[in-house]
Amino acid sequence: MSDQSPAARVEGLGSAHSGTAHFFRQRVTAVALVPLAIWFAVSAFHLIGADRDAAIAFLHAPVNCVLMALFVIAAVVHMALGLQVIIEDYAHGEGSKLVLLVLNTFFAWLVGAACVFALVKIAV
Amino acid sequence: MPEQAKSAGAKPRPLSPHMQIYRWPVTMATSIVHRATGLALSAGTLLVAWWLVATAMGDAQYDLFSTVARSPLGQLVLFGFVWSLAYHLLNGIRHLAWDVGYGFAVQTASRTGVLVFTLSIFVAIAVFVYAYAAKGMHL
Repeated sequence: MSDQSPAARVEGLGSAHSGTAHFFRQRVTAVALVPLAIWFAVSAFHLIGADRDAAIAFLHAPVNCVLMALFVIAAVVHMALGLQVIIEDYAHGEGSKLVLLVLNTFFAWLVGAACVFALVKIAV
Repeated sequence: MPEQAKSAGAKPRPLSPHMQIYRWPVTMATSIVHRATGLALSAGTLLVAWWLVATAMGDAQYDLFSTVARSPLGQLVLFGFVWSLAYHLLNGIRHLAWDVGYGFAVQTASRTGVLVFTLSIFVAIAVFVYAYAAKGMHL
């Protein structure tokens, strides 16, 4: 506290320059993922051994399509936040850390976009 | 003091606890496993994406996914995925309880940690037993 400049104390953002935004988003997505992950697990279990027509019929239903999209989006955001912390903990060079953080963002967007593309293709 | 000075030369002085010789408290194990299962689930998102994209693309792609998922290696990976999801979900609820101020006592944290380990293993095994028995799955 006492080693912070007055401006830093007023902004309240700490050494990571982002305040509690990361912490808060990690929790909000976690809370959302409790019911969504349970729904996903039950749904995936329900589709064990199903042929493609049955899987499409399931994902074509509006409620399932929206819930699957919500699950995927909440999961990739939660994943990106979690992997970011792991990278920040273990990547010590500023350069390698930056590269890994950018790749982390790309990975989350790529997985999220692929899943949403598939859901849209099935839905329309 | 003179005795200590003498023995200091003869014996190596104690070091601070090192990972290999440290008896892991339950809470330490649950913490590192939470991170490890998070990492595993990150890889697991690729499986979810593969499944959704294969379903959207066509019968050939869907059959390829099914074949790989049913293979012994696929089943092993899926078991790891199911257990990781069960563990990360249950331990995540434990973390959320801490966030609102519950379960911080050392004994409580250790007990809920053991509970999470036990339940997650039970859930993963139950899912596979039920899938093989009721759904008629076989390798």
